[in-house]
Amino acid sequence: MIRIPLSALLGLTVTALFFAGAALAPWIAPYPMTQIVGDVWEPASAEHLLGTDSIGRDLLSRMIYGGRTTIWIATLATMLSFLTGSVLGLTAAVAGGWVDQALSRLVDLVMSIPTLIFALVVLSVLPTTMTTLVLVMGLLDSTRVYRLARAVAVDITVMDFVEAARLRGEGRGWIVFREILPNALSPLVAEMGLRFIFMVLFLSTLSFLGLGVQPPNADWGGIVKENKEGIVYGISAALTPAIAIAALAISVNLVADWILTRTTSLKGGRGE
Amino acid sequence: MLHPIVKLLVQRIALGLLLLFAASALIFAGTQLLPGDVAQSILGQSATPEALANLRAELGLNDPPVQRYFNWLFSALHGDLGTALSNGEDIAQSLGKRLGNTLFLAACAAAVSVPLALILGIVSVRYRNRWPDRLISAVSLASISIPEFLIAYVLIFYVAVQLRWFPSVAMISDAMTLGQKLSAIALPVAVLTLVVLAHMMRMTRAAILNVMQSAYIETAELKGLAPIRIIARHALPNAIAPIVNVIMLNLAYLVVGVVVIEVVFVYPGMGQYLVDHVAKRDVPVVQACGLIFAAVYIGLNTVADVVSILANPRLRHPK
Repeated sequence: MIRIPLSALLGLTVTALFFAGAALAPWIAPYPMTQIVGDVWEPASAEHLLGTDSIGRDLLSRMIYGGRTTIWIATLATMLSFLTGSVLGLTAAVAGGWVDQALSRLVDLVMSIPTLIFALVVLSVLPTTMTTLVLVMGLLDSTRVYRLARAVAVDITVMDFVEAARLRGEGRGWIVFREILPNALSPLVAEMGLRFIFMVLFLSTLSFLGLGVQPPNADWGGIVKENKEGIVYGISAALTPAIAIAALAISVNLVADWILTRTTSLKGGRGE
Repeated sequence: MLHPIVKLLVQRIALGLLLLFAASALIFAGTQLLPGDVAQSILGQSATPEALANLRAELGLNDPPVQRYFNWLFSALHGDLGTALSNGEDIAQSLGKRLGNTLFLAACAAAVSVPLALILGIVSVRYRNRWPDRLISAVSLASISIPEFLIAYVLIFYVAVQLRWFPSVAMISDAMTLGQKLSAIALPVAVLTLVVLAHMMRMTRAAILNVMQSAYIETAELKGLAPIRIIARHALPNAIAPIVNVIMLNLAYLVVGVVVIEVVFVYPGMGQYLVDHVAKRDVPVVQACGLIFAAVYIGLNTVADVVSILANPRLRHPK
Protein backbone atom coordinates (compact mmCIF):
# COMPACT_ATOMS: atom_id res chain seq x y z
CA MET A 1 0.00 0.00 0.00
CA ILE A 2 1.47 3.34 -1.04
CA ARG A 3 1.02 6.14 1.48
CA ILE A 4 0.13 9.34 -0.32
CA PRO A 5 1.00 12.57 1.52
CA LEU A 6 -1.88 14.94 2.23
CA SER A 7 -0.73 17.64 -0.21
CA ALA A 8 -0.46 15.16 -3.09
CA LEU A 9 -3.85 13.67 -2.24
CA LEU A 10 -5.39 17.15 -2.32
CA GLY A 11 -3.67 17.84 -5.63
CA LEU A 12 -4.84 14.55 -7.13
CA THR A 13 -8.43 15.15 -6.00
CA VAL A 14 -8.66 18.68 -7.36
CA THR A 15 -6.97 17.68 -10.64
CA ALA A 16 -9.39 14.75 -10.99
CA LEU A 17 -12.34 17.07 -10.36
CA PHE A 18 -11.18 19.43 -13.11
CA PHE A 19 -10.80 16.58 -15.60
CA ALA A 20 -14.18 15.13 -14.61
CA GLY A 21 -15.75 18.56 -15.07
CA ALA A 22 -14.15 18.78 -18.52
CA ALA A 23 -15.38 15.33 -19.54
CA LEU A 24 -18.92 15.80 -18.21
CA ALA A 25 -19.41 19.45 -19.22
CA PRO A 26 -22.65 18.98 -21.23
CA TRP A 27 -24.26 17.14 -18.30
CA ILE A 28 -23.21 19.32 -15.38
CA ALA A 29 -23.42 22.78 -16.96
CA PRO A 30 -26.76 24.35 -15.93
CA TYR A 31 -27.26 26.21 -19.25
CA PRO A 32 -26.02 25.79 -22.85
CA MET A 33 -22.69 27.51 -23.59
CA THR A 34 -23.90 30.19 -26.01
CA GLN A 35 -27.49 30.77 -24.90
CA ILE A 36 -28.34 34.25 -23.59
CA VAL A 37 -30.24 33.60 -20.37
CA GLY A 38 -30.31 36.91 -18.55
CA ASP A 39 -29.23 40.53 -18.34
CA VAL A 40 -25.69 41.80 -18.87
CA TRP A 41 -23.38 41.14 -15.88
CA GLU A 42 -26.06 40.06 -13.43
CA PRO A 43 -24.63 39.47 -9.96
CA ALA A 44 -24.48 35.93 -8.58
CA SER A 45 -27.88 34.50 -7.70
CA ALA A 46 -29.53 31.13 -7.10
CA GLU A 47 -30.27 30.76 -10.85
CA HIS A 48 -26.83 31.92 -11.97
CA LEU A 49 -24.31 30.83 -9.34
CA LEU A 50 -21.53 33.00 -10.79
CA GLY A 51 -23.78 35.61 -12.39
CA THR A 52 -23.89 36.34 -16.13
CA ASP A 53 -21.29 37.57 -18.60
CA SER A 54 -20.87 40.56 -20.92
CA ILE A 55 -23.84 39.62 -23.14
CA GLY A 56 -25.97 37.81 -20.56
CA ARG A 57 -24.78 34.20 -20.86
CA ASP A 58 -24.53 32.10 -17.70
CA LEU A 59 -20.95 32.49 -16.44
CA LEU A 60 -20.76 29.16 -14.60
CA SER A 61 -21.78 27.25 -17.74
CA ARG A 62 -19.22 29.16 -19.79
CA MET A 63 -16.55 28.44 -17.21
CA ILE A 64 -17.35 24.71 -17.34
CA TYR A 65 -17.36 24.57 -21.15
CA GLY A 66 -14.32 26.85 -21.19
CA GLY A 67 -12.50 24.47 -18.86
CA ARG A 68 -13.34 21.65 -21.25
CA THR A 69 -11.78 23.50 -24.19
CA THR A 70 -8.75 24.66 -22.20
CA ILE A 71 -8.01 21.26 -20.66
CA TRP A 72 -8.68 19.39 -23.90
CA ILE A 73 -6.34 21.54 -26.02
CA ALA A 74 -3.68 21.67 -23.30
CA THR A 75 -3.78 17.87 -22.91
CA LEU A 76 -3.47 17.23 -26.64
CA ALA A 77 -0.63 19.75 -26.95
CA THR A 78 1.19 18.22 -23.97
CA MET A 79 0.87 14.76 -25.50
CA LEU A 80 2.18 15.97 -28.84
CA SER A 81 5.02 17.79 -27.12
CA PHE A 82 5.97 14.68 -25.14
CA LEU A 83 5.70 12.30 -28.03
CA THR A 84 7.88 14.45 -30.30
CA GLY A 85 10.26 15.69 -27.63
CA SER A 86 10.96 12.41 -25.88
CA VAL A 87 11.23 10.28 -29.02
CA LEU A 88 13.66 12.75 -30.59
CA GLY A 89 15.53 13.28 -27.31
CA LEU A 90 16.00 9.55 -26.68
CA THR A 91 16.98 8.97 -30.29
CA ALA A 92 19.56 11.74 -30.11
CA ALA A 93 21.03 10.30 -26.91
CA VAL A 94 21.24 6.76 -28.28
CA ALA A 95 22.36 7.60 -31.80
CA GLY A 96 24.87 10.31 -30.81
CA GLY A 97 27.14 11.71 -33.53
CA TRP A 98 25.69 13.92 -36.22
CA VAL A 99 22.05 13.03 -35.47
CA ASP A 100 22.50 14.35 -31.94
CA GLN A 101 24.37 17.44 -33.16
CA ALA A 102 21.79 18.31 -35.82
CA LEU A 103 18.79 17.87 -33.52
CA SER A 104 20.37 19.67 -30.58
CA ARG A 105 21.46 22.68 -32.62
CA LEU A 106 17.99 22.91 -34.21
CA VAL A 107 16.43 22.88 -30.75
CA ASP A 108 18.90 25.55 -29.55
CA LEU A 109 17.85 27.69 -32.48
CA VAL A 110 14.11 27.34 -31.86
CA MET A 111 14.63 28.05 -28.16
CA SER A 112 16.61 31.21 -28.94
CA ILE A 113 13.37 32.87 -30.01
CA PRO A 114 10.89 33.47 -27.17
CA THR A 115 8.04 30.95 -27.44
CA LEU A 116 5.27 33.55 -27.35
CA ILE A 117 6.92 35.69 -30.04
CA PHE A 118 7.48 32.71 -32.32
CA ALA A 119 3.90 31.53 -31.78
CA LEU A 120 2.63 35.02 -32.68
CA VAL A 121 4.76 35.08 -35.84
CA VAL A 122 3.43 31.70 -36.97
CA LEU A 123 -0.18 32.45 -35.99
CA SER A 124 -0.09 35.65 -38.06
CA VAL A 125 -0.24 33.54 -41.22
CA LEU A 126 -1.94 30.32 -40.11
CA PRO A 127 -5.71 30.02 -39.65
CA THR A 128 -6.63 29.98 -35.93
CA THR A 129 -8.26 26.57 -35.57
CA MET A 130 -7.90 24.19 -32.65
CA THR A 131 -5.69 21.90 -34.75
CA THR A 132 -3.26 24.74 -35.49
CA LEU A 133 -3.18 25.71 -31.84
CA VAL A 134 -2.37 22.16 -30.72
CA LEU A 135 0.31 21.80 -33.40
CA VAL A 136 1.97 25.18 -32.75
CA MET A 137 1.89 24.86 -28.95
CA GLY A 138 2.91 21.20 -28.91
CA LEU A 139 5.78 21.48 -31.38
CA LEU A 140 7.21 24.68 -29.86
CA ASP A 141 7.10 23.15 -26.40
CA SER A 142 8.62 19.84 -27.47
CA THR A 143 12.01 21.61 -27.49
CA ARG A 144 11.90 21.73 -23.66
CA VAL A 145 10.96 18.07 -23.43
CA TYR A 146 13.70 17.19 -25.91
CA ARG A 147 16.33 18.84 -23.71
CA LEU A 148 15.16 17.00 -20.60
CA ALA A 149 14.73 13.64 -22.32
CA ARG A 150 18.15 13.88 -23.94
CA ALA A 151 19.85 14.91 -20.69
CA VAL A 152 18.25 12.07 -18.74
CA ALA A 153 18.89 9.50 -21.45
CA VAL A 154 22.55 10.44 -21.93
CA ASP A 155 23.16 9.49 -18.30
CA ILE A 156 21.39 6.16 -18.76
CA THR A 157 23.01 5.15 -22.07
CA VAL A 158 26.40 4.83 -20.37
CA MET A 159 25.04 2.36 -17.77
CA ASP A 160 26.22 -1.25 -17.78
CA PHE A 161 22.81 -2.78 -18.47
CA VAL A 162 22.52 -0.77 -21.69
CA GLU A 163 25.99 -1.93 -22.66
CA ALA A 164 24.89 -5.50 -21.92
CA ALA A 165 21.84 -5.10 -24.13
CA ARG A 166 24.03 -3.73 -26.94
CA LEU A 167 26.40 -6.69 -26.62
CA ARG A 168 23.41 -9.05 -26.71
CA GLY A 169 22.79 -7.57 -30.14
CA GLU A 170 19.50 -5.77 -29.41
CA GLY A 171 18.30 -3.28 -31.99
CA ARG A 172 18.05 0.47 -31.44
CA GLY A 173 14.28 0.29 -30.93
CA TRP A 174 14.65 -2.23 -28.11
CA ILE A 175 17.35 -0.16 -26.42
CA VAL A 176 15.28 3.04 -26.60
CA PHE A 177 11.93 1.61 -25.55
CA ARG A 178 12.82 -1.34 -23.31
CA GLU A 179 16.08 -0.28 -21.65
CA ILE A 180 16.17 3.51 -21.50
CA LEU A 181 12.56 4.68 -21.54
CA PRO A 182 11.42 2.79 -18.40
CA ASN A 183 14.30 4.32 -16.44
CA ALA A 184 13.79 7.82 -17.84
CA LEU A 185 10.04 7.77 -17.31
CA SER A 186 9.70 9.20 -13.81
CA PRO A 187 11.44 12.55 -14.35
CA LEU A 188 9.58 12.81 -17.63
CA VAL A 189 6.21 12.23 -15.96
CA ALA A 190 6.94 14.86 -13.31
CA GLU A 191 7.93 17.27 -16.08
CA MET A 192 4.71 16.42 -17.90
CA GLY A 193 2.71 18.05 -15.10
CA LEU A 194 4.67 21.27 -15.41
CA ARG A 195 4.41 21.29 -19.20
CA PHE A 196 0.63 20.79 -18.92
CA ILE A 197 0.36 23.84 -16.64
CA PHE A 198 2.53 25.82 -19.02
CA MET A 199 0.17 24.83 -21.86
CA VAL A 200 -2.87 25.99 -19.88
CA LEU A 201 -1.20 29.35 -19.19
CA PHE A 202 0.03 29.65 -22.77
CA LEU A 203 -3.35 28.87 -24.32
CA SER A 204 -5.06 31.30 -21.94
CA THR A 205 -2.59 34.00 -22.94
CA LEU A 206 -3.12 33.39 -26.66
CA SER A 207 -6.91 33.40 -26.26
CA PHE A 208 -6.73 36.54 -24.16
CA LEU A 209 -4.80 38.21 -26.98
CA GLY A 210 -7.58 37.13 -29.34
CA LEU A 211 -5.33 34.67 -31.20
CA GLY A 212 -6.35 31.42 -29.54
CA VAL A 213 -9.80 29.84 -29.24
CA GLN A 214 -12.26 31.91 -31.28
CA PRO A 215 -15.73 33.02 -30.10
CA PRO A 216 -18.46 31.87 -29.62
CA ASN A 217 -16.42 28.96 -28.19
CA ALA A 218 -15.33 29.63 -24.66
CA ASP A 219 -12.02 29.02 -22.97
CA TRP A 220 -10.64 30.51 -19.78
CA GLY A 221 -8.45 33.11 -21.47
CA GLY A 222 -11.31 34.07 -23.80
CA ILE A 223 -13.67 34.60 -20.84
CA VAL A 224 -11.21 37.16 -19.44
CA LYS A 225 -11.12 38.93 -22.79
CA GLU A 226 -14.92 39.01 -23.11
CA ASN A 227 -15.46 40.40 -19.61
CA LYS A 228 -12.46 42.68 -19.19
CA GLU A 229 -14.47 45.85 -19.87
CA GLY A 230 -16.45 45.12 -16.69
CA ILE A 231 -13.39 45.46 -14.49
CA VAL A 232 -13.42 49.26 -14.51
CA TYR A 233 -17.06 49.21 -13.32
CA GLY A 234 -16.05 46.99 -10.42
CA ILE A 235 -17.53 43.81 -11.98
CA SER A 236 -15.28 40.85 -11.17
CA ALA A 237 -16.55 38.39 -13.84
CA ALA A 238 -13.21 38.57 -15.68
CA LEU A 239 -11.35 37.38 -12.58
CA THR A 240 -13.24 34.07 -12.27
CA PRO A 241 -10.86 32.19 -14.62
CA ALA A 242 -7.95 33.30 -12.40
CA ILE A 243 -9.28 31.16 -9.58
CA ALA A 244 -9.85 28.17 -11.87
CA ILE A 245 -6.41 28.41 -13.49
CA ALA A 246 -4.62 28.92 -10.18
CA ALA A 247 -6.45 25.98 -8.56
CA LEU A 248 -5.62 23.69 -11.46
CA ALA A 249 -2.00 24.85 -11.65
CA ILE A 250 -1.33 24.49 -7.94
CA SER A 251 -2.94 21.06 -7.69
CA VAL A 252 -1.03 19.68 -10.69
CA ASN A 253 2.15 21.18 -9.19
CA LEU A 254 1.52 19.37 -5.91
CA VAL A 255 1.17 16.06 -7.74
CA ALA A 256 4.29 16.69 -9.83
CA ASP A 257 6.30 17.60 -6.72
CA TRP A 258 5.23 14.38 -5.06
CA ILE A 259 6.18 12.25 -8.09
CA LEU A 260 9.53 14.01 -8.24
CA THR A 261 10.38 13.45 -4.55
CA ARG A 262 9.22 9.83 -4.76
CA THR A 263 11.50 9.15 -7.69
CA THR A 264 14.56 11.20 -6.79
CA SER A 265 15.03 10.09 -3.19
CA LEU A 266 16.98 6.88 -2.77
CA LYS A 267 14.28 5.10 -0.84
CA GLY A 268 11.68 5.92 -3.47
CA GLY A 269 10.12 8.46 -1.11
CA ARG A 270 8.95 5.72 1.23
CA GLY A 271 11.11 6.79 4.13
CA GLU A 272 9.50 10.22 4.47
CA MET B 1 48.88 35.28 -27.75
CA LEU B 2 45.37 36.17 -26.70
CA HIS B 3 44.26 35.90 -23.13
CA PRO B 4 42.08 32.75 -23.06
CA ILE B 5 39.14 34.68 -21.64
CA VAL B 6 39.13 37.05 -24.63
CA LYS B 7 39.02 34.05 -26.93
CA LEU B 8 36.09 32.59 -24.99
CA LEU B 9 34.23 35.89 -25.10
CA VAL B 10 34.82 36.38 -28.81
CA GLN B 11 33.56 32.83 -29.43
CA ARG B 12 30.44 33.42 -27.33
CA ILE B 13 29.61 36.72 -29.04
CA ALA B 14 30.18 35.22 -32.49
CA LEU B 15 27.84 32.38 -31.53
CA GLY B 16 25.23 34.96 -30.49
CA LEU B 17 25.47 36.69 -33.88
CA LEU B 18 25.22 33.37 -35.71
CA LEU B 19 22.18 32.47 -33.65
CA LEU B 20 20.56 35.81 -34.44
CA PHE B 21 21.16 35.28 -38.15
CA ALA B 22 19.62 31.78 -37.99
CA ALA B 23 16.73 33.10 -35.90
CA SER B 24 15.96 35.73 -38.52
CA ALA B 25 15.80 32.97 -41.14
CA LEU B 26 13.47 30.98 -38.89
CA ILE B 27 11.16 33.97 -38.35
CA PHE B 28 11.06 34.58 -42.07
CA ALA B 29 10.36 30.90 -42.73
CA GLY B 30 7.63 30.95 -40.07
CA THR B 31 5.69 33.54 -42.04
CA GLN B 32 5.95 31.47 -45.21
CA LEU B 33 4.16 28.50 -43.65
CA LEU B 34 0.77 29.35 -45.02
CA PRO B 35 -0.34 26.75 -47.53
CA GLY B 36 -1.34 29.02 -50.38
CA ASP B 37 -0.69 32.67 -50.73
CA VAL B 38 -0.20 35.65 -48.43
CA ALA B 39 -1.83 37.97 -50.96
CA GLN B 40 -4.94 35.79 -51.07
CA SER B 41 -5.23 35.73 -47.30
CA ILE B 42 -4.88 39.51 -47.09
CA LEU B 43 -7.46 40.30 -49.75
CA GLY B 44 -9.83 37.44 -49.02
CA GLN B 45 -11.62 35.00 -51.30
CA SER B 46 -13.53 37.65 -53.24
CA ALA B 47 -10.42 39.44 -54.56
CA THR B 48 -10.17 40.03 -58.30
CA PRO B 49 -7.24 38.38 -60.13
CA GLU B 50 -5.83 41.84 -61.06
CA ALA B 51 -5.81 42.99 -57.44
CA LEU B 52 -4.09 39.75 -56.43
CA ALA B 53 -1.45 40.13 -59.14
CA ASN B 54 -0.82 43.76 -58.14
CA LEU B 55 -0.41 42.90 -54.47
CA ARG B 56 1.87 39.97 -55.30
CA ALA B 57 4.10 42.26 -57.34
CA GLU B 58 4.03 44.90 -54.59
CA LEU B 59 5.04 42.39 -51.93
CA GLY B 60 7.67 40.85 -54.21
CA LEU B 61 5.95 37.48 -53.91
CA ASN B 62 6.99 36.56 -57.44
CA ASP B 63 10.63 36.23 -56.38
CA PRO B 64 11.86 32.93 -54.94
CA PRO B 65 11.70 32.74 -51.09
CA VAL B 66 15.47 32.69 -50.55
CA GLN B 67 15.91 35.87 -52.56
CA ARG B 68 13.05 37.52 -50.68
CA TYR B 69 14.65 36.54 -47.37
CA PHE B 70 17.99 38.13 -48.26
CA ASN B 71 16.29 41.26 -49.61
CA TRP B 72 14.38 41.55 -46.35
CA LEU B 73 17.45 40.92 -44.20
CA PHE B 74 19.62 43.42 -46.06
CA SER B 75 17.03 46.19 -45.85
CA ALA B 76 16.47 45.37 -42.16
CA LEU B 77 20.21 45.70 -41.53
CA HIS B 78 20.08 49.14 -43.15
CA GLY B 79 17.25 50.19 -40.87
CA ASP B 80 14.54 49.78 -43.52
CA LEU B 81 11.88 47.43 -42.13
CA GLY B 82 9.44 47.99 -44.98
CA THR B 83 5.93 49.43 -44.82
CA ALA B 84 2.90 48.09 -42.97
CA LEU B 85 0.31 46.47 -45.22
CA SER B 86 -2.63 47.64 -43.15
CA ASN B 87 -1.97 51.40 -43.20
CA GLY B 88 1.07 51.91 -45.42
CA GLU B 89 3.13 53.51 -42.63
CA ASP B 90 6.88 53.13 -42.44
CA ILE B 91 7.49 50.38 -39.89
CA ALA B 92 10.87 51.62 -38.63
CA GLN B 93 9.35 55.00 -37.84
CA SER B 94 6.36 53.58 -35.93
CA LEU B 95 8.61 51.14 -34.10
CA GLY B 96 11.26 53.58 -32.93
CA LYS B 97 9.23 55.38 -30.27
CA ARG B 98 7.38 52.22 -29.23
CA LEU B 99 10.63 50.34 -28.69
CA GLY B 100 11.74 53.20 -26.42
CA ASN B 101 8.50 52.96 -24.43
CA THR B 102 8.82 49.20 -24.09
CA LEU B 103 12.42 49.39 -22.92
CA PHE B 104 11.43 52.14 -20.44
CA LEU B 105 8.74 49.88 -18.96
CA ALA B 106 11.03 46.84 -18.84
CA ALA B 107 13.88 48.86 -17.32
CA CYS B 108 11.64 50.23 -14.56
CA ALA B 109 10.41 46.71 -13.79
CA ALA B 110 14.01 45.46 -13.67
CA ALA B 111 15.06 48.33 -11.38
CA VAL B 112 12.37 47.28 -8.90
CA SER B 113 12.50 43.51 -9.19
CA VAL B 114 16.25 42.79 -9.16
CA PRO B 115 17.10 44.41 -5.77
CA LEU B 116 13.85 43.06 -4.31
CA ALA B 117 14.64 39.51 -5.47
CA LEU B 118 18.13 39.69 -3.94
CA ILE B 119 16.85 41.00 -0.60
CA LEU B 120 14.02 38.46 -0.40
CA GLY B 121 16.39 35.66 -1.41
CA ILE B 122 18.79 36.59 1.40
CA VAL B 123 15.92 36.92 3.89
CA SER B 124 14.57 33.50 3.03
CA VAL B 125 18.03 31.93 3.44
CA ARG B 126 18.46 33.69 6.80
CA TYR B 127 15.09 32.34 8.01
CA ARG B 128 15.06 29.14 5.98
CA ASN B 129 12.29 26.69 6.78
CA ARG B 130 10.75 29.23 9.16
CA TRP B 131 7.70 31.36 8.45
CA PRO B 132 9.33 34.18 6.38
CA ASP B 133 10.81 31.56 4.04
CA ARG B 134 7.55 29.64 3.78
CA LEU B 135 5.52 32.79 3.21
CA ILE B 136 7.86 33.94 0.44
CA SER B 137 7.76 30.57 -1.32
CA ALA B 138 3.97 30.31 -1.01
CA VAL B 139 3.49 33.75 -2.57
CA SER B 140 5.96 32.93 -5.34
CA LEU B 141 4.23 29.60 -6.09
CA ALA B 142 0.91 31.46 -6.35
CA SER B 143 2.35 34.10 -8.66
CA ILE B 144 3.70 31.53 -11.14
CA SER B 145 0.39 29.64 -11.18
CA ILE B 146 -1.61 32.50 -12.68
CA PRO B 147 -0.99 33.93 -16.15
CA GLU B 148 0.44 37.45 -16.03
CA PHE B 149 -2.57 39.09 -17.63
CA LEU B 150 -4.77 37.78 -14.83
CA ILE B 151 -2.40 39.08 -12.15
CA ALA B 152 -2.71 42.39 -13.98
CA TYR B 153 -6.53 42.36 -13.86
CA VAL B 154 -6.57 41.34 -10.20
CA LEU B 155 -4.35 44.36 -9.45
CA ILE B 156 -6.46 46.65 -11.65
CA PHE B 157 -9.62 45.46 -9.93
CA TYR B 158 -8.38 46.04 -6.38
CA VAL B 159 -5.76 48.77 -6.69
CA ALA B 160 -7.02 50.89 -9.58
CA VAL B 161 -10.80 50.47 -9.44
CA GLN B 162 -11.59 49.92 -5.77
CA LEU B 163 -8.77 51.82 -4.05
CA ARG B 164 -8.22 54.31 -6.91
CA TRP B 165 -4.50 54.61 -6.21
CA PHE B 166 -3.22 54.33 -9.77
CA PRO B 167 -4.81 54.63 -13.22
CA SER B 168 -6.02 51.40 -14.82
CA VAL B 169 -4.58 52.25 -18.23
CA ALA B 170 -0.97 53.24 -18.73
CA MET B 171 -1.13 55.87 -21.44
CA ILE B 172 2.08 57.83 -21.68
CA SER B 173 3.05 60.69 -24.01
CA ASP B 174 6.01 62.99 -24.53
CA ALA B 175 4.21 65.86 -22.81
CA MET B 176 4.27 64.03 -19.47
CA THR B 177 6.95 64.64 -16.86
CA LEU B 178 8.99 61.71 -15.58
CA GLY B 179 6.96 61.65 -12.35
CA GLN B 180 3.66 61.45 -14.26
CA LYS B 181 5.05 58.69 -16.46
CA LEU B 182 6.21 56.70 -13.45
CA SER B 183 2.81 57.02 -11.80
CA ALA B 184 1.12 55.92 -15.04
CA ILE B 185 3.24 52.79 -15.32
CA ALA B 186 3.20 51.89 -11.60
CA LEU B 187 0.71 49.04 -12.05
CA PRO B 188 2.32 47.39 -15.11
CA VAL B 189 5.68 47.59 -13.34
CA ALA B 190 4.16 45.93 -10.26
CA VAL B 191 2.75 43.09 -12.37
CA LEU B 192 6.00 42.51 -14.26
CA THR B 193 7.89 42.54 -10.97
CA LEU B 194 5.61 39.86 -9.54
CA VAL B 195 6.00 37.76 -12.67
CA VAL B 196 9.81 37.61 -12.64
CA LEU B 197 10.37 37.98 -8.91
CA ALA B 198 9.44 34.42 -7.94
CA HIS B 199 11.95 32.73 -10.21
CA MET B 200 14.81 35.13 -9.47
CA MET B 201 14.18 34.89 -5.75
CA ARG B 202 14.07 31.11 -5.71
CA MET B 203 17.25 30.80 -7.73
CA THR B 204 19.03 33.33 -5.49
CA ARG B 205 17.94 31.30 -2.48
CA ALA B 206 19.09 28.04 -4.07
CA ALA B 207 22.44 29.51 -5.13
CA ILE B 208 23.21 30.90 -1.67
CA LEU B 209 22.03 27.72 0.08
CA ASN B 210 24.38 25.75 -2.16
CA VAL B 211 27.35 27.82 -0.96
CA MET B 212 26.14 27.72 2.65
CA GLN B 213 27.03 24.02 2.78
CA SER B 214 30.75 24.68 2.29
CA ALA B 215 33.23 24.09 5.10
CA TYR B 216 34.34 27.72 5.22
CA ILE B 217 30.80 28.81 6.09
CA GLU B 218 30.87 26.43 9.03
CA THR B 219 34.14 28.04 10.12
CA ALA B 220 32.48 31.44 9.93
CA GLU B 221 29.59 30.15 12.02
CA LEU B 222 31.98 28.70 14.59
CA LYS B 223 33.78 32.04 14.78
CA GLY B 224 30.48 33.38 16.04
CA LEU B 225 29.66 35.77 13.20
CA ALA B 226 26.10 37.06 12.89
CA PRO B 227 24.05 34.91 10.44
CA ILE B 228 23.14 37.82 8.17
CA ARG B 229 26.81 38.82 7.96
CA ILE B 230 27.80 35.29 7.00
CA ILE B 231 25.25 35.28 4.21
CA ALA B 232 25.99 38.75 2.89
CA ARG B 233 29.80 38.80 3.23
CA HIS B 234 30.84 35.15 2.94
CA ALA B 235 28.20 33.28 0.94
CA LEU B 236 26.84 35.88 -1.49
CA PRO B 237 30.13 36.72 -3.28
CA ASN B 238 30.59 33.08 -4.22
CA ALA B 239 27.02 32.74 -5.41
CA ILE B 240 27.17 35.83 -7.62
CA ALA B 241 27.75 34.05 -10.95
CA PRO B 242 24.60 31.89 -10.94
CA ILE B 243 22.57 34.78 -9.53
CA VAL B 244 23.67 37.20 -12.27
CA ASN B 245 22.92 34.53 -14.83
CA VAL B 246 19.39 34.06 -13.52
CA ILE B 247 18.84 37.82 -13.42
CA MET B 248 19.83 38.17 -17.08
CA LEU B 249 17.58 35.28 -18.11
CA ASN B 250 14.68 36.90 -16.28
CA LEU B 251 15.35 40.25 -17.91
CA ALA B 252 15.13 38.43 -21.22
CA TYR B 253 11.85 36.94 -20.05
CA LEU B 254 10.70 40.41 -18.99
CA VAL B 255 11.03 41.68 -22.55
CA VAL B 256 8.56 38.99 -23.62
CA GLY B 257 6.23 39.37 -20.65
CA VAL B 258 5.91 42.99 -21.64
CA VAL B 259 3.94 41.95 -24.75
CA VAL B 260 0.92 40.75 -22.81
CA ILE B 261 1.10 43.43 -20.11
CA GLU B 262 1.12 46.18 -22.72
CA VAL B 263 -2.12 44.84 -24.18
CA VAL B 264 -3.77 44.78 -20.74
CA PHE B 265 -2.77 48.33 -19.86
CA VAL B 266 -3.15 49.76 -23.40
CA TYR B 267 0.48 50.87 -23.18
CA PRO B 268 1.85 52.31 -26.43
CA GLY B 269 4.77 49.89 -26.79
CA MET B 270 6.04 47.22 -29.17
CA GLY B 271 4.04 44.37 -27.68
CA GLN B 272 0.72 46.02 -28.34
CA TYR B 273 1.86 46.94 -31.85
CA LEU B 274 2.86 43.32 -32.52
CA VAL B 275 -0.38 41.79 -31.21
CA ASP B 276 -2.55 44.28 -33.15
CA HIS B 277 -0.79 43.43 -36.38
CA VAL B 278 -0.86 39.68 -35.83
CA ALA B 279 -4.65 39.97 -35.68
CA LYS B 280 -4.59 42.04 -38.91
CA ARG B 281 -2.26 39.47 -40.50
CA ASP B 282 0.15 42.27 -41.35
CA VAL B 283 3.17 40.08 -42.11
CA PRO B 284 5.92 42.74 -42.59
CA VAL B 285 5.16 44.30 -39.18
CA VAL B 286 5.08 40.89 -37.48
CA GLN B 287 8.42 39.95 -39.05
CA ALA B 288 10.00 43.23 -37.96
CA CYS B 289 8.71 42.99 -34.38
CA GLY B 290 9.65 39.31 -34.15
CA LEU B 291 13.18 40.12 -35.33
CA ILE B 292 13.61 42.90 -32.76
CA PHE B 293 12.22 40.83 -29.89
CA ALA B 294 14.46 37.91 -30.86
CA ALA B 295 17.48 40.24 -31.09
CA VAL B 296 16.88 41.65 -27.60
CA TYR B 297 16.29 38.15 -26.20
CA ILE B 298 19.39 36.63 -27.80
CA GLY B 299 21.41 39.72 -26.83
CA LEU B 300 20.48 39.42 -23.14
CA ASN B 301 21.17 35.69 -23.15
CA THR B 302 24.60 36.34 -24.66
CA VAL B 303 25.30 38.98 -22.00
CA ALA B 304 24.29 36.42 -19.34
CA ASP B 305 26.91 33.98 -20.66
CA VAL B 306 29.54 36.71 -20.96
CA VAL B 307 28.95 37.77 -17.36
CA SER B 308 29.22 34.23 -16.06
CA ILE B 309 32.49 33.76 -17.95
CA LEU B 310 33.83 37.02 -16.46
CA ALA B 311 32.60 36.14 -12.96
CA ASN B 312 34.60 32.90 -12.89
CA PRO B 313 37.95 33.63 -11.21
CA ARG B 314 39.49 30.44 -12.62
CA LEU B 315 38.91 31.71 -16.14
CA ARG B 316 40.05 35.24 -15.30
CA HIS B 317 43.34 34.08 -13.75
CA PRO B 318 44.41 30.92 -15.61
CA LYS B 319 47.37 28.98 -14.22
